[in-house]
Parts: sequence; structure tokens; C-alpha cells
Amino acid sequence: MKTLYYPGCTLKAKALNLDASARAALAALDVELVELERWNCCGAVFSLADDDLIRLVAPVRDLARVVEMGGDEVVTTCSMCYNTLARANEVVREDEEKRDTLNAFMEEEPDYDGRVNVLHLLTFLRDRVGWDTIRSKVQKPLEGLKVAPYYGCTLVRPASVSIDKGVKRTVFEEFIEALGARAVPFAEDTNCCSSYQVVSNPEAAEESASRILGSALEQEADLIATSCPLCEYNLGAKQSEIREKKQDMKEIPTLYFTQLLAMALGLDEKVCRFDLNPEWVRESLGTLGLVEVDS
Amino acid sequence: MSLQISDKTYDPEFVQKLEEISGENFHKCMQCGTCTAACPMEEKMEESPRRIILLSHWGLKEKVTDSNTVWLCATCQTCYARCPRGIDITKVMEAIRQLSLRENENYVEPNKISEETLGDVPQIALVSCFRRHTS
Repeated sequence: MKTLYYPGCTLKAKALNLDASARAALAALDVELVELERWNCCGAVFSLADDDLIRLVAPVRDLARVVEMGGDEVVTTCSMCYNTLARANEVVREDEEKRDTLNAFMEEEPDYDGRVNVLHLLTFLRDRVGWDTIRSKVQKPLEGLKVAPYYGCTLVRPASVSIDKGVKRTVFEEFIEALGARAVPFAEDTNCCSSYQVVSNPEAAEESASRILGSALEQEADLIATSCPLCEYNLGAKQSEIREKKQDMKEIPTLYFTQLLAMALGLDEKVCRFDLNPEWVRESLGTLGLVEVDS
Repeated sequence: MSLQISDKTYDPEFVQKLEEISGENFHKCMQCGTCTAACPMEEKMEESPRRIILLSHWGLKEKVTDSNTVWLCATCQTCYARCPRGIDITKVMEAIRQLSLRENENYVEPNKISEETLGDVPQIALVSCFRRHTS
């Protein structure tokens, strides 16, 4: 199976570990991620100003590229890209006036009508690959591992673009259980990690991240699974600084869900690019028996 | 804290701009405070999200724009998800930010971000920060 893939800027730079593990894991599941041609930055956040249509041009242009390549569906792993593309698509589908203005502005492109289905990789794994297929291909089940699924904001809000529209969200939990691990529910699973406030208001950001880490630790999770490079940064890369200030807080590794998938599929550790996770994480994974570490 | 409200303190242009930029009818807010209870940044805000909506409704421009509230909002959408009146409060917060940003008053100056931060954070952190906090 082939699918069009929108990696987004961060997966080409700081989050190469998310990109590499996703590509390798999907290849092991017989899925080829075909990178969209001439894609551009989606803008990372959906414009919330009603009169600011120019900011929709970037994500809509990406969706037009999908049609250009003969596709009707695009998969993305970054939560922020997912949200921005899905919401821009909604505007094109629902607001005729804005759609016409956007198309008139992008006169060099064929008109875009909102036909593309934007999927996050978790939903793709559930709906296109299937949990049974994944279960059958798991070589190293993550038995006994307690994983806290951190959805964050952009995978689930607003409700119209939520990756799981059921009364009770379960897609991330089902994914974790398909790998043989145990999904640990925790109170802060959809609370905000403070996102870009880590640049503007780093102290407030630390408090948000600290609450989320504390909540997962309270439920005795072994690790937190993430999908967004910014959540991963706030909870993972910044964790040592947070722990320095909160001496009683234990460490809890954070991993991209695709890294967990690659490990469970028994792939070579190299595809996970743990060198791009904080240094202490690999050691922590060794303690959990997930990777071999030199003693 | 006391507030003076009269026809002289009401700024109709401010209210109209908020309505236009946000596309939201925030006047239907019933002041239940669910947004404030849900907001993960509320503790650090000078005015709570509920108060920002009230002060906006009353057209008290300076009270609204002088507060740090909108600059701490990370647009996580929890307030909108829980608002019983269905108001997208994050759009009102954005409209208030835009009023300052469109006068070329950046909240974050890109050239003042340290080299260390620039080299450390993921690209989406910078793009989203600049989108929400610069003009």
C-alpha cells in the first residue's frame, strides 16, 4: 500500500527521529510513505482571525499538491501540522466565499475544493492498516510496559478535527495495546503542554509540563508516548530542567509513538534515532529492558 | 476592585473590531466561568478568561489590552471545548492580540530570542510563536 505523506518542517530538522521511525515502521507494515512534492510549511498553527485569509494559503496549497499528485488522502505525523491542515481544509469545504477568494488568490494553481482527506498517522494505522495486522507483525511485544498516551491539544481540539470522534477517545490507547503494552489513563492526557509559550513565557511553560509529567507519574506510567515535536520538547527535552527545580520528581522518558512502533516491530534500533532524544532517555529505556545498554 | 462603567467608558469601535476579527458573538457569554476553570494558564493571568470576555462586552478596551491574559493563552482550545454557549474564546483572544500586533507592537521580538533557544527548540515552536506573537 502507498499513501501520500506530509512530513512538515520539524520532521526534516529537529524531529528526524519521528520521521525516520515512522518511515521504517510503515515500511515494515508494507506501507510506503510517498512524500508530497513541493510541499511547504503549513504555518504550524491555524489562523484564528476571521479576516486573515492569507494565512490559509500555505496549508491549502499543500492540500492542492495532494490533488496534483492524483491523491485524495494525505497522512501526517506531526500533531500541529495535522491540526493546521485539517482546519484549513474545513474552511475550504464549509465556506464558499473564502474558498473562492483563496482560489482566486492562488491563480497559478488549479482550484482546490476541499476533497482531500487529512489523516493523522494514528488514525491511518487504525483505519487503513488495522490493529490486527499490526498485532500480527509485532516481533517484540512491549509486555508489561505501562505507557501513558499523551494526546495534547491539537489531535483532539476542536472536536470537528479530533482524530477520534467517539464519545470516549481510544485510538492512542488501542495503538499502545496493539503493541502488547498497557495503556495507562492519566488526568492530563489532553491538557496543554503550553506549546509555543516555551519561547515567549518559559516559566509558565515549565509549570504546564510539570503538571502533565506529574500526572503520568502518579499513575505509575513507565513512559509517555507523544506525537507532536513541540509536546515532545516541552515534556522530554525540558524535563531535566524541570526535575532540577522539583527535586522530588522522578524521571519519566518520553518517546514518539512511532519509536515505540518500530521497537515493537523488532526493527534495528538505528531507525529510532534515539540520539535525537535527550541523552538520559536511552539509559532509561535500558532500565526498562527496551534497549541494550552497556553496563 | 471597582470599575466605572458608563456610556463614556464604552468603546464601540473596539467592540466592533473584536466582533469582526474574531467572527464570534461573545455577547452571549453568561459568565459561568467554565473557561477560567478549564484554562491551564489562568493562575498567571492578570484577568481571567471569563473577565476578559466581560470587559470586552463592556467595551473597556484598555482594561482588556493592558492585561497579560491574551499573551499567556496558548490557544489550546480547552475553553472552547467546554464553553456551554459554544463561544470560541480562543478567537476572541486572537482578535485582542491582533489589535496590538496590527499596530506593529510585537509581543516577542525575534531578534531578542537567545541563540541557545533558537538552536534548541523545534521549528514549529518558532513558527507558531511568531504567528501568534508578532505582526
